[in-house]
Parts: sequence; C-alpha cells; structure tokens
Amino acid sequence: MAEENNNPKDESAVPPSKPVAPEAAVPPPPPKPPAPAGAVPPPPPKPAAPAAPPKPKGPVPEPWSDPLVDALKEKFGAELIKAYSFIGQNQIEIGKGRLVEIMTFLRDASIGQFTYLADETAVHWPKTEEFELVYILYSFEKNQYLRIKTRTKEWEAVQSVVSVWGTANWLEREIYDMFGIKFSGHPDLRRILLPEDWVGFPLRKDYDLRLQDVEWVRKHLGIESGQKYYVGEARHESPDYITPTD
Amino acid sequence: MSTKETLFDASELTVSMGPQHPSTHGVLQVKLKLDGERVIDAECVIGYLHRGVEKLGENQTYGQFVPTLDRMDYIAAVSNCLGYCEAIEKMLGITAPPRAQYIRVLMTELNRITSHLLWLGTHALDIGAMTVFLYAFREREEILKIFENYCGARLTTHMFRIGGTQYELYEGFEDQVRTFIKDFPKKVDEYETLLTQNRIWIGRTRGVGAITAKAAIDIGLTGPALRGSGVNWDIRKAKPYAVYSDFEFDIPTGSTGDTYDRYMVRMEEMRQSARIVSQAVEKIPAGPLMAKLSKIIKPPVGDIYHSIESPKGELGYYIVSDGSTMAYRARVRPPSFVNLQALKQMVAGHMVADVVAVIGTLDIVLGEIDR
Repeated sequence: MAEENNNPKDESAVPPSKPVAPEAAVPPPPPKPPAPAGAVPPPPPKPAAPAAPPKPKGPVPEPWSDPLVDALKEKFGAELIKAYSFIGQNQIEIGKGRLVEIMTFLRDASIGQFTYLADETAVHWPKTEEFELVYILYSFEKNQYLRIKTRTKEWEAVQSVVSVWGTANWLEREIYDMFGIKFSGHPDLRRILLPEDWVGFPLRKDYDLRLQDVEWVRKHLGIESGQKYYVGEARHESPDYITPTD
Repeated sequence: MSTKETLFDASELTVSMGPQHPSTHGVLQVKLKLDGERVIDAECVIGYLHRGVEKLGENQTYGQFVPTLDRMDYIAAVSNCLGYCEAIEKMLGITAPPRAQYIRVLMTELNRITSHLLWLGTHALDIGAMTVFLYAFREREEILKIFENYCGARLTTHMFRIGGTQYELYEGFEDQVRTFIKDFPKKVDEYETLLTQNRIWIGRTRGVGAITAKAAIDIGLTGPALRGSGVNWDIRKAKPYAVYSDFEFDIPTGSTGDTYDRYMVRMEEMRQSARIVSQAVEKIPAGPLMAKLSKIIKPPVGDIYHSIESPKGELGYYIVSDGSTMAYRARVRPPSFVNLQALKQMVAGHMVADVVAVIGTLDIVLGEIDR
C-alpha cells in the first residue's frame, strides 16, 4: 500500500513529458549527447514518441496457417474467427457458441491431441464490456502449446469445459471468483479463494485498489486522501500512470 | 449424500482437518467425509493466504512485481523469479547474457534440491520417520548458506532481474558449491538407507494415492507427481528454457503412480539436479550479467505464456501487456493449485492416515495455491 501511495505523488512532482523523453531518446543516440545541456530537446521527441512505438517497436501478430486450422475451419466454419501467431506462440480465436464441441475435437482428434489443459484464465476489457477467456492447451504428442481465446459478456454464461478436462474445475471456479463469469454446466461453481460473502470481483478493471483506498480514507478519516485514481482502462491511458523510475 | 451405503450401516462422519493442522503444510482445510476410518470424499477449502498477487501485478511496474512473486512459492522462490523474468524478456525480445543464464540454472537447480529436501523431511515426518527430517535440513542449510552469501536472503531471494542477474558471484562461490555437490549424492544415498527398504515406509506409501497417467493428465498434474505416473514430461527437456539444453541429465519416471513412486522420482531428481549443478559450476562463462535494456520496461502490446519446470510442476506466466509500464494482466499458473485438485480422487477409498501421506506427496505450498 505504501508503494501505491508514493507513486502518484512522485509522478505529479515530475512533469508528464519527462518519462517519455528517455524512451524516445533511444532510437537517435548521436544527436542526443550534445543536447542535454539545454532544456529544449524534450518537447520535439514527445509528439514523435506516441506515433513511433506501434510500428517499428515490438513484434506483430502474424497469420498462422496449419492443417489444424484448416480442419477447424472445415468442421466448425464460422466459429473460427482468427488464427495467428505472436512471438512464435500460436493462438486461435473462436466464438463461444460451440466451445465444448471445439475443445473436445482439439482433445480427441488425431490432428490435435491436446490432452492437457495447462491453464484457463480470463482478461477483462471494460471498453467493449467483454471478458476474454484464454485456454492454454498442450499436446504431448506434438510438444506444442496452443492458446484458444473466446469472448463473452458479463451477463452471458460460457459453456464449462470440465467435461473435457478435469483441470478446468478449479480453474473455472477461480475465474468465477475473480471475474464473476458464469459457466454453464459446471458441477460446483462457487468462490474458491475468497470467502463466500465477498462483495465484488477483484480482477475486474473497475475494482480499483486506489479508488477503494480513497473511499476508505474518506469514510473513516473524514478527509480527502489526494490519491489519483483512474477507473477501468482509463488508468492505463493516463500519462500520470507512467512511473518514471523502476 | 445421505443415502450412501456405509460399512457399519451408520451415517457418514464429517471431519474437518485443518486449517490449523501440522500435516497440511500450511493453512489448508480438508473436509473429510468418513465411513469409519475410510475416506469417502475430501473437499479442500483454500484461500486463507490469498494476497491478490495477480492484482498486485497489475498495479506494480514489471520490475517491482518480481519480489512479490518470491512470496508465492517461498520454498522455491528462485524458480518463481526465473519464470517471470524469462516471460518478460521473451516479450521484450532480449535474452540474458550467457553468464547470467548459467548462474540462473545453477541457482534454480540448487533451489530445486532445497525444495525437494524440505518435501522429503516434512513428508517423512508426517508419515512418522522423524530422523530424515534432521538430515534433510542439514543439507538444506548448506544451500541456504550459499544463497545467503550470494544475495543476502535465504528464502525470498529475488536473485534475478529482468534482463539478467543483479549480483556477481562472491569469492569462493565455486569451491563452496563444488564441496557441497561432491558429497551430496552420498547424502541422498544416506536418506535412502533410512526409507527405501524400510518396511513401515513401504507399507505407508506403496499403493497409496495411486493415479494413472491418463487420469493424471486429465486433472492437470505436472512435475514429479505426473512423472511418478510414468509420463516422461519435463519442461526442461520438452521446451528447454535458459541454457538447460547445454546440460546432460535424465528425467526419472515411475510406473504405478503411487506415493512410493513419486518418492523415488523426487529422490532421483535431487541427484540429477546435483548433476546439472556440477556441470554448470565448471563452465560458467565470463561476461556481463545484464542484457542491455532501457530503464523503463515497456513490453510491446500483446500477450505471452511462458512456463518453466518448478520443483512442484509447471509454473506458467500469462502476461498481457498494453504497452505501459505495468502489466494489463499478470496471470500465474500455479502448479500446487492444480495439483491439489487431484487430492480428492487420490484419497478416495483410503484411510484417514493416508490423507496426510497424499498431501505430503503432492508437495504443495499454500502460499502458491492461494497467491
């Protein structure tokens, strides 16, 4: 908690343009060394920085074609949305309508043989009011990981894959506990890590730690804490959010 | 539930084991349904140690989050650190320099030995063999001394950083490791003389908590628990990370998948870890400890899953980045959490006393289960 209290203060002490400058200074090193004497250089790179990172920096998803993808397309057609590879990791996005059928196919078909569910988890995207469910499968025969992603809304239940992999039992309970996503056909959907009477779903983006802190201070101490907070994805977009030091 | 046929024609008895019980290895509560002395059903109640590690990961920068991870599996903190650092490095498209990689492997394997020694000591203690505990902790202490000399901490070590390692090896490190490794295989033999042929030990572990390979895969068992069932799968071999491909070592497997087999697998794993350490300590290359990377760590937008073989099983990190300094989602795939799920089917039909043996053989750490 102490760290969280300190961070925003440090940020507000430093102008928001400062943290951006060292990042932008990396691509053109030669012109930079003579410059630091003057305080002028930071402004020019600043507009360039937001435009520059997306294109040259970092890997981009590449389309992934594989017999497995073709087989899925042939069998399930429109359910298959997209197959791509990111940093060498293969991923398939599917619709959630025939989830159990697709998963059973991936487990049993000789082309897949993904007999082991390594992990199942979720990501909250509040802007589109969607949750992304991520299934990480592994095939012993092919020594290959595969990520299956599907999207759902808060009020729509998703088919449980407990019937396909027993592992999913506790993993789906944890997702329910942390995100409040409901799974239809789950044998025992209860909270697992948090107490039964817990209010809210902690890993949702609108469950903000700083906002809770501010409210607690207001209620119990009767003062404004002065902490900055951003609800949902907004906090990731704010320039104040970037902490200048590691 | 009430109409089940029971041995004495009496109703089932529900017994709550834990959360304050010396043999549950932490704050784990197991609600046992008993028919006389026989277990019909076991339900685990977990979450007593929940600290919201995944939420913290979204509210701390990538670098700040690393020490928090040491508090998950505090028995094998080095592995936690390694998996996360490698995941972020993979995302950033950098690799740690060779010297750092060798130190990483060396430390991780030493840590695997300490983890297995702690498992051995407590597991044997649970079953009633008190002597082994003292011997196991004697050797564990030697490794913890090495850790303390290297980074100042014994358990929550925070040894590695994103991009390499923080500390240079201290003077006399190689000799200390060599001395330890030279004697260690003999020490493992010594433990085995106490247990392997011991009639009581065999009686308490053979056939207890047996699980077939198919069932083990279905329930998601990994690590020694899976290998005990005869599945030869170790991420160090299947998907080599760090510099594991440079070393020669074997993956021991069992056949019947009972507690005795898992015991044998872990004993052999300690020897194999010692083998890796003895190879690594001889060829630590010279060079820098940290790769070149910017002070502010901002992985590109996207997601990654990276998993390593922790002493407990597959430890995976699923990181989603939105291009900022903090993870958008930092998911940990904890091996103990998934492995514990198998408890229910492993204890069904066994005696109450066997529950203790099965909890021990799963080698769980509650700090990692609850996160």
